[in-house]
Amino acid sequence: MGRYLLSLKRFWGTALAGQLEYQVNMLIDLLAMVGSLAGSIFVLSVFFGQGRELGGWSWEAALVVQGIYTFLDGVSSTWLRPNLGAIVTHVREGTLDFVLLKPIDSQFWVSLRIMAPAGLPEMGLGLVLIVWAASRAGASFSLGTVLVAVLMLCVGGVILYALWFVIAATSIWFVKTWNATEVLRAVLASGRFPVSAYPPALRLVFTLVLPVAFLTTVPAEVILGRAAMPMLALGLFLAVIFFVGSRAFWLFALRYYTSASS
Amino acid sequence: MRVSGCPIWADVVIEVEQLSKTYQVADKSPGFVGTLNHFFRRKTHDVQAVRHVSFSIQPGEMVGFLGANGAGKTTTLKMLCGLIHPSAGRVHVTGYVPQRRQAAFLKQITLVMGQKQQLIWDLPPLDSLSVNAAVYGIGEKEARYRIHELAEMLEITEELTRPVRKLSLGQRMKAELLAALLHRPSVLFLDEPTLGLDVNAQARVRSFLAEYNRQTGATVLLTSHYMADITALCSRVLLIHQGELIHDGGLDALATSLSPFRQVRLELNRSASPEDFVGYGELEALDDRAVRLLVSRSELTEVVARLLANFDVLDLEVNDPPIDELIGSLFRKGRVV
Repeated sequence: MGRYLLSLKRFWGTALAGQLEYQVNMLIDLLAMVGSLAGSIFVLSVFFGQGRELGGWSWEAALVVQGIYTFLDGVSSTWLRPNLGAIVTHVREGTLDFVLLKPIDSQFWVSLRIMAPAGLPEMGLGLVLIVWAASRAGASFSLGTVLVAVLMLCVGGVILYALWFVIAATSIWFVKTWNATEVLRAVLASGRFPVSAYPPALRLVFTLVLPVAFLTTVPAEVILGRAAMPMLALGLFLAVIFFVGSRAFWLFALRYYTSASS
Repeated sequence: MRVSGCPIWADVVIEVEQLSKTYQVADKSPGFVGTLNHFFRRKTHDVQAVRHVSFSIQPGEMVGFLGANGAGKTTTLKMLCGLIHPSAGRVHVTGYVPQRRQAAFLKQITLVMGQKQQLIWDLPPLDSLSVNAAVYGIGEKEARYRIHELAEMLEITEELTRPVRKLSLGQRMKAELLAALLHRPSVLFLDEPTLGLDVNAQARVRSFLAEYNRQTGATVLLTSHYMADITALCSRVLLIHQGELIHDGGLDALATSLSPFRQVRLELNRSASPEDFVGYGELEALDDRAVRLLVSRSELTEVVARLLANFDVLDLEVNDPPIDELIGSLFRKGRVV
């Protein structure tokens, strides 16, 4: 385990150093993030407005969902997008060879090799937004609630990761899967709003097929003290299934890896 | 210096039996219609990249792996590393089945590819080396010692703190070698390690590899397009042609197995014309009194006897055609002469 922790430290240390080589690029990333957050809060305020409700959610409560979405978007900017995007490059250029020849779990390497610090402030802002909106919505922060909320945020993160990872792993056959990940991002953007704001048919899809509900709505319900036990259990179950599935899929896909010829 | 793995009692490091690999390759006609057809109805055909290849390599051997582009060298090398699953046959490297990619196996091997790099482009090689040290579980002090030792051998100490993108191709290749050898592998798979380097850099990489092999006793399997690499480093060569192993043995014996001819050089007392040599084999060159003939090995004695009887010969020399020319003609024509 020590070897993995030390490797992670070196992974992120070098990734950070690599990005600091290009200061201007880093600054632009930060500005883009602030702009994107301001834009989404503005859109939310236009649609919801003070005093209006959507799908039984008040403005403040819906802002908790937005906060969680922002946090997860930060997670994907920091880890998912750079790492899982790099899988496609690895396959196309054949540098996956070097990863597969290292005596370390290849899924660990391709999932966590890079850390893009530009997403970290977004995660911070997401957390601030969650706490601020939740207290405005009258949530109580008992230790139990916070722990369950953190657990459900992890569940959301794992489901998002597993979906994204499986799509990225298909590049072993199809080489380019940028389009598929863009479609996934568009669907996940629907997680900005509470699931109950959507028509019943979509709600079902977002809960069971593409579990967007577990990414943002369910953790928000936990924070606001309105989560139902079966939903939490289902979320946990789905996270385990998705993660195990992503691992099995990766090992299966590697059997078909032919390595770009030199 | 000492390498990891490989128990000293093992007499075979690499063992390959009837190894085959078949790829499915997509057929696509050119143009828009071809693209549409390809998109909706993908047609594929099988290509046998490697067919029933068998050989074994002893510890400490340096073996050259020769063949034209697309002959199956890289595919074989990648099956030996465990990157590609074989379609049929058996492979064992240091007692392990490569495609299982067990950590204990991966710690004993390394793959260097002249066309691909593992170093982080924007950072100095030292940063990439620190990642490799962590991944291979090499302690900080030990890693520093090994880096120093290898850097001295490769004469690259100063360059280790410069960003990789600022290094010359030769310096980058040396740094790649350092990164690939940090964990002291006992089996080295080198795929065109001198590709694109100038003559001096090639020579330095070559002498480093020879020195590394001498000091550590590591086993080396090397592919290269530069015959000089092979002749300088390898006493044994494997020649692969259209997926089949057509020669496994000494470099000297390669000429015999590659070419059924020997070269006969004559110096005559008087000038001759091409017609005089009809029936003596293939006339390669004729320059006044100097003659070069290609004569079939089986008829050599008889032809030489006739030449001596029928011509006024001042000097006669029988040689194998130069190995570079034979290999070159194999690569060019895609067949054995």
